[in-house]
Amino acid sequence: MELIFEKSRPGRIATSIPEADVPEVAITDIIDKGLLREDVDLPEVAEVDLIRHYTQLSKRNFGVDVGFYPLGSCTMKYNPKINEEVSRLPGFTSLHPYSPVKFSQGSLQIMYELRQYLSEIFGMADFALQPAAGAQGELTGVMVIKKYFEKKGQKRTKILIPDTAHGTNPASSALCGYSVVTVRSNAEGGVDIGQLRELMTKDVAGLMITNPNTLGLFERNIEQVSEIVHGRGGILYCDGANANAFMGATKPGDLGIDVIQLNLHKTFSTPHGCGGPGSGPVGVRKDLVWYLPVPRVIKKGKRYDWKYEFPDSIGRVKVFYGNFNVMVKAYTYIRSLGPGGLKKASETAVLNANYIKERLRAWYDLPYDRICMHECVFSGKRQVKESGVHTSDIAKRLLDYGYHPPTIYFPLIVPEAIMIEPNETESKETLDAFCDTMIAIAKEAKENPELVKSAPLTTVVRRLDEVKAAREPDVCWGRV
Amino acid sequence: MDYVPHTPEDQKQMTEIIGIKTVDELFADIPEKYKLKGLLDLPHGCSEQEVAALMKGISTRNAVPPITLMGAGAYNHYIPAVVGHVISRSEFYTAYTPYQAEISQGILQAIYEYQTMIARLTGMQVANASMYDGASAMAEAAVLAAKTLSREKIVIVRSVHPEYRQVVGTYAWANGYEVVEIPYGKSGQLDRDALSNAVDDRTAAVLVQTPNFFGVVEDIAAIEHMVHAKGALLVSAFTEATSLGILKPAGEMGADFVVGEGQGFGNPMNYGGPYLGIFASTDKFLRKIPGRLAGATVDKDGKRGFVLTLQTREQHIRRERATSNICSNEALCALAAAVYLVSLGKNLRKLAELNIQKAHYLKCKLSELAGWEGVFTAPVYNEFVIHCPDPKMANRKLEAAGIIGAYDLEKDYPELGNSLLFCATEMLTRGDIDRVVSLVA
Ligand SMILES: Cc1ncc(COP(=O)(O)O)c(C=O)c1O
Repeated sequence: MELIFEKSRPGRIATSIPEADVPEVAITDIIDKGLLREDVDLPEVAEVDLIRHYTQLSKRNFGVDVGFYPLGSCTMKYNPKINEEVSRLPGFTSLHPYSPVKFSQGSLQIMYELRQYLSEIFGMADFALQPAAGAQGELTGVMVIKKYFEKKGQKRTKILIPDTAHGTNPASSALCGYSVVTVRSNAEGGVDIGQLRELMTKDVAGLMITNPNTLGLFERNIEQVSEIVHGRGGILYCDGANANAFMGATKPGDLGIDVIQLNLHKTFSTPHGCGGPGSGPVGVRKDLVWYLPVPRVIKKGKRYDWKYEFPDSIGRVKVFYGNFNVMVKAYTYIRSLGPGGLKKASETAVLNANYIKERLRAWYDLPYDRICMHECVFSGKRQVKESGVHTSDIAKRLLDYGYHPPTIYFPLIVPEAIMIEPNETESKETLDAFCDTMIAIAKEAKENPELVKSAPLTTVVRRLDEVKAAREPDVCWGRV
Repeated sequence: MDYVPHTPEDQKQMTEIIGIKTVDELFADIPEKYKLKGLLDLPHGCSEQEVAALMKGISTRNAVPPITLMGAGAYNHYIPAVVGHVISRSEFYTAYTPYQAEISQGILQAIYEYQTMIARLTGMQVANASMYDGASAMAEAAVLAAKTLSREKIVIVRSVHPEYRQVVGTYAWANGYEVVEIPYGKSGQLDRDALSNAVDDRTAAVLVQTPNFFGVVEDIAAIEHMVHAKGALLVSAFTEATSLGILKPAGEMGADFVVGEGQGFGNPMNYGGPYLGIFASTDKFLRKIPGRLAGATVDKDGKRGFVLTLQTREQHIRRERATSNICSNEALCALAAAVYLVSLGKNLRKLAELNIQKAHYLKCKLSELAGWEGVFTAPVYNEFVIHCPDPKMANRKLEAAGIIGAYDLEKDYPELGNSLLFCATEMLTRGDIDRVVSLVA
């Protein structure tokens, strides 16, 4: 398909600009010529060309609304349309962030109440809504930990992270000046308690776990983990990206979690938008509230207001208050589902994952054969051994059948990992059809491995040359 | 309302196949004493009709102001109808990051085109797929410069947006870097002597904003050598994206990084977010810049296609040695910006000129009032600082008329005394401006 630049023709325009209704002054009388640019090198197309271009592009894209999207660790549940619709109300979209609070009581109410709801769902003392995504939430959470030890006058330089953790965990810790020490997983997929005990020394700020972890398994030894970390004065951090597994079933705060970040774009269905915008609130236990980012919404009687004076705060991680419009959708979602709906969502997400696990266990290796939570992780090892078909081939073959593949090659400790997260919004028929397809591909791998290796055959492009893309980088058109 | 499709019969069949009696058994790994016995203490769920009414009600507790005179990092611009239509296509907004390139050519190509347009507008060789916002883009540029040069001092100009300085401060504190603030001069541009004194061979980066927080256009070309002479890197930032339509690109004047806020390109003010972090650099940093990068390549049959590329920079491969921790970005906001830029095309310049004209008119009119006087002499884009007898009274009068007034500089710049920062975009008509002037007179 042509690039928009290739469709450009000198002189075409898609938008007209109003004529000036104020007396005009020569621009060079206002700004010196030397500070002005010569030309704006942007595409020139008519409005209909623009719309057709992006409509065609959209047809070359796969979203939850197109089909089943069991991308593990990403919680690709259905995104209710009402959430989109209310988020576009002019009261929510058109207000400047520095509007007087008199004008923004609705926005402040949503942020205040959303914090309360999240605190209740996750058992934390309070939340900060400023971080823009999960990873920025992690960074903020780790900063809170850093501040906590700074205030205590303790120098702790390391953070422990299990080998199953998502890459953002070590990256966020490093961006906060910590050195990262990896903790092994045990035979049943949990934290190796013996090693944790050894590693959790006085120079360790804490442990960053994910629960359920990225194998989709609940940390059975959570009490022991909490005892060990807290026993040495450490902080227990939880990556809450997998929160869709336990809403209404248990609260991280009760399990000994001191700091948690959420991904509203996952658990609370605010869509992913091709990779963002998200929202990554951070929840903390009581004595850490003072370290959260500023400003914070407060309520005085019936009025909401901003408060900036929290001298122990880590400061700001983002301009203004966070991704407000994303919060509107999460708020709407929580109000729609209520406590019963949230519980049912998690229960069904777990049910669906276990159902898939049962249906596929005869066909793919199951490295950790336990009850899983909201996702299950298989390995394609058997297929590699039997016919040289890799997990990446299986994923590409799924494209031919009209599915978005599961997450692959993650977590790193599972060779040829296939991580399936079906979500609660998918029907039994959808799950069955997907499982039938996975089984058909397992058979194809045996009987006709070349077919699987040559997939996809039906997509708008075939397999792409990633090596070339990295060796001869072309990230801006006309620049190579 | 929940969105679970299972019938009781589905549920029965599924539990049978799993070999359990109740779904509760699936939660057996949670220690018994931590299992919640009752329901969460939240408002009860409701139907779509009820939630629609509820949200509409809350939205009306917000004003929809007829006139906004506030800029200061968020800008009220007209958004062409095509933008909303494109980003409402659910093939886009319900997709994840394009890991599976063959079924994500739509967003990958759109982002590749976006990167190209941003590189052209900033005068840079490369631009990434987006950051969280202008402030975090600036902070990450500072961290990247410090890591690249193994230096620990960041120099930032006081006329950089106060909240951007705070974000840089937070990231710098977390990494143990020193931040040195240098003043602006009488003209409103940065103080060049102070800059040249502050930059030394420990300096990793100099962070400048243009147009700066006061709306003043900085002369990047005139300071570039002061930064590079000491081996430091120059980060040029902007908060008002539409200014790129008329100002000379910082990339053409020696900046190593151009970062900024892309909200002005087709994204609503949204009470502060989501916005669009723009990050562009010279070729030299291609393999180091944070965030996703879409790149062109070919498929098995030699056909052009796009992938996420140079991923060895990123957290999922490099983990603690990644150049950043960013994973999700602001892709849909970048798509909105791309559609906006295609829609405006060469008219982006005309739009920028219109902004200059409106701000100039507002400034002239206000300056005619007794006791009102422009503070800085250097050229401005669509914002300007004006001294007035009683800024709080002026804003109160505007507020009483339902108008979002100007930014009161007292809190962040006590040295400026009674001063307001006004912004005028194409959204203000001459009638609006005349009304504003008569209200504050
Ligand atoms: C387990 C886990 N943690 C953290 C993240 C990072 O979240 P975000 O992409 O919102 O920054 C992800 C997202 O991929 C994840 O799967």
